[in-house]
Amino acid sequence: MKMTKIIATVAACAFGAAASAQDGNTLFVEGEKMVTETAAPDHVEGLRTIYSGWRFRTPETQALQMDDFENPAMIFVDQALDLFNTVDGSEGRSCASCHESVEDFAGLTATMPKVIDGKLTTMEDLLNGHRAKAMGAEPWKWSGPEMQSMIALIGLQSRGMPMNVAIDGDAAPFYEQGKEMYYTRYGQLEMSCANCHEDNYGNMIRADHLSQGQINGFPTYRLKQAKLISRHNRFRGCIRDTRAETFAEGSDEFRALELYVASRSNGLSVETPAVRQ
Amino acid sequence: MADNVKPRVRVPKEASAGDTITIKTLISHTMESGQRKDKDGNVIPRSIINRFVADFNGENVIDVTLEPAISTNPYFEFDAIVPGPGEFTFTWYDDDGSVYTETKSIDVS
Repeated sequence: MKMTKIIATVAACAFGAAASAQDGNTLFVEGEKMVTETAAPDHVEGLRTIYSGWRFRTPETQALQMDDFENPAMIFVDQALDLFNTVDGSEGRSCASCHESVEDFAGLTATMPKVIDGKLTTMEDLLNGHRAKAMGAEPWKWSGPEMQSMIALIGLQSRGMPMNVAIDGDAAPFYEQGKEMYYTRYGQLEMSCANCHEDNYGNMIRADHLSQGQINGFPTYRLKQAKLISRHNRFRGCIRDTRAETFAEGSDEFRALELYVASRSNGLSVETPAVRQ
Repeated sequence: MADNVKPRVRVPKEASAGDTITIKTLISHTMESGQRKDKDGNVIPRSIINRFVADFNGENVIDVTLEPAISTNPYFEFDAIVPGPGEFTFTWYDDDGSVYTETKSIDVS
């Protein structure tokens, strides 16, 4: 019900751009078709269909993501490509010293975060781990520009591939922890993630059009902040808005929540780097 | 030179003579307005791109003066009519004296 209304509005707006084959429901990025709507994975009980956050944005914002030249996130991706070849740390190595090409990372982002040696590992953990071990370099700040630019560059290699985050085996306890958090009401407003992103997606929360909170496009370029936004930064923003004490970026709680939320996107295309409001 | 300045340009590779083509340019730049203050209350000095010029085979296409209110990573999209094959030259002038240029050639049949 809710979605039909949105679709109607978006379609009406997109009608003006008759020259392109694009409408507000179909996302082609550089000619490649993205899955922005698919049946919800079995483990997501509260939703029948999952929609990419792209579907909830205005036609202007949607258009920015279709063309890599107009996607402002690509500036950061370019910078990360330079960083990839920049020597840093005591060992005198760059990323390129070990990893021949950034294209080798195709498919990686679609499966992250995942459990490695019993530890739930995010892209940020992987990068800083390699920086410490192989390069002898200082860790990057979690939501800092270098970190998120590099994650966007690596994520771009998986663009168009379906999200496929494992929730069984080693990941099961983290999945349960994340799920518990998703449905827990936080803060003075006593709101859980599900209150907005499951029960009320498609509705307006004041001036904001609520999406399902899918994270298949992260790190995302937010026009509001004019930079790449990390997953944990967004979690923090949401929990802060419930007037709660938030968890820290890079905390075990957010790692677990990231695993759970990422698994809710299973089946949608990786859209990294997406553009949002 | 300001950090991480990288010009990017998109020009169609080929066109027919007399065609109107769309050119898109973008340069990554902080465009610091000179109006903001840092944590200690000191004014952050102005540092912007103040002029953007596009030429085709030495003939001027557009010449733009940029002001401090223009936001970060200035983007220009404009149309041009190409009379024949040639080369576009794009030039950005920085407050600190740096000049960034980019060239793109176009085949016109």
